[in-house]
Amino acid sequence: MGILVYVESTKGSLKKASREAVSYGAALDSEVTAIALGSGHNQDELGSLGANGATKVLIDNDATYDNGDSNQLASSLNKAAEQLGANTIIFGTSPATSAVAARLSVKMGSTLVTNISDLPDTSSGFALKRGIFTGKAFETVEVSSEKKVLVVKKNAVDLKEDGSEASVENVSLVEGGVSFEHLGQELTAGDILLPEAEIVVSAGRGLKGPENWGMVEELAQVLGAATACSKPVSDMDWRPHHEHVGQTGIKVSPQLYIAIGISGAIQHLAGVNSSKYIVVINKDPEAPFFKEADYGIVGDAFEVVPQLINALKAAG
Amino acid sequence: MKILVCITHVPDTTSRIAFTDNNTAFDKTGVQYIIGPYDDYALARAMELKEAGTANEVVVLNVGTAETEPTIRKALAIGADRAVRIDSDPGSSLFTANQIASYAKDNSFDLILMGRESIDYNGGVVHSLVGELMGIPAISPVMLLDVTGTEAEITREIEGGKERLKLALPFIAGCQEPIAEWRIPNMRGIMTAKSKPLEVIPATDVSDGLSTREYSLPAPKTGVKMVDAENVDQLVQLLKNEAKVI
Repeated sequence: MGILVYVESTKGSLKKASREAVSYGAALDSEVTAIALGSGHNQDELGSLGANGATKVLIDNDATYDNGDSNQLASSLNKAAEQLGANTIIFGTSPATSAVAARLSVKMGSTLVTNISDLPDTSSGFALKRGIFTGKAFETVEVSSEKKVLVVKKNAVDLKEDGSEASVENVSLVEGGVSFEHLGQELTAGDILLPEAEIVVSAGRGLKGPENWGMVEELAQVLGAATACSKPVSDMDWRPHHEHVGQTGIKVSPQLYIAIGISGAIQHLAGVNSSKYIVVINKDPEAPFFKEADYGIVGDAFEVVPQLINALKAAG
Repeated sequence: MKILVCITHVPDTTSRIAFTDNNTAFDKTGVQYIIGPYDDYALARAMELKEAGTANEVVVLNVGTAETEPTIRKALAIGADRAVRIDSDPGSSLFTANQIASYAKDNSFDLILMGRESIDYNGGVVHSLVGELMGIPAISPVMLLDVTGTEAEITREIEGGKERLKLALPFIAGCQEPIAEWRIPNMRGIMTAKSKPLEVIPATDVSDGLSTREYSLPAPKTGVKMVDAENVDQLVQLLKNEAKVI
């Protein structure tokens, strides 16, 4: 089959979504080549992709890739796929990968499937389940072409962690320039990026004002979680836009999502419905969010949250 | 400057999602259709550029059947000068992108705007596919966009923040808030929209290698386990020992 998996790093460390994409590839074939582009990777760490199922890792550490030009990245991946004879290219979903995957699929003349939420059903043909309607439904699509570009959602596959170290090889694939000029970057503080977070602590209008976010941040810190908010909260500028989770904001799929003072409008649920476990804390027992939750507490956030912080600290 | 705005015709964000025909078709019963919320941002920014005198024509395009015409008329009521409907039931991102690209390459637009993603299939790839098919840059998600002469300055969202870029026209932008304020058509807009040109052109054939087998809904939650507000220790124990997520 020939499988190539594109991997990304954040702050010099491989993304979990990329490791999962490698494991997804390993579930399809025993030979999996992972490829990293750009100067932001920790060369010593790349071999550890072997544990996740890679047999070989290619790295082209040319710094021009760091501009994030999807055409340049896709051109190099296309070249690598040709050299390896790979006809299935796998990406983990991230803010940057869908554009690269799209361009690559046109260059390769392949079928493109995004938002994949499960391993393929190969009992007759090759069928993939993908999320649609912002996570409110699934579509199972049959893929008839040999060449495939697949973009896999978080938690679509169990992370394989039992393989051996993969060999790492330096390659040079870059050609062509970048189609834009960088004027500047503004990165927000905070160690845990929302789309990557395993635990998310999110709060809504029930908190009454931005000055009350201290306890939300403290709870997030105790849990090693990222903070998020509902749309009204970011619309009122209580919190920055990039924390807005929902239909028109970020879609998260953490292991645990804790919603504080959020009623659970359908547009908010669309952003969180692929979370594994949901905890809802709301003083209104009729809040629709309770119907979508695994655990719920009816109570005043200003009393419950500090108690929860203490209980977590006590439990270690 | 000529701007093309591509819009989707999608179920309202509050729609109940259900399927019919043995789970092979979307159930349209009682569903309200709207301009895709992200496409609405794209259209609003195009109107701002026209009002500022930067653009002189805004053309709105939809790939869809005759059912989408009320949605297209709404875009004309918001202020687009004319509309094009490529007559087809769009099957995939690649199919849609091919229709847009084949129309756009013959009609020299300086800027092509659309939403960062549709809210029905959420592929978030049509802008990049069109860019690749036309051989021009595609940037998404774009939060701010300003045009001066033949160049644009944009702010795009990246992981953990945002960055400012400068690039030459033409290019494609997948838009999101806060690029512009959503617009609501006024009475005069609704009246004039009725007489604005809406051209219907046939779709081109595209083979995308995909076919739908079935649709399904997520398994419903089995029921919430309530914890007393006076006993948050119990929640900590449940998360630790039952869910095993902390």
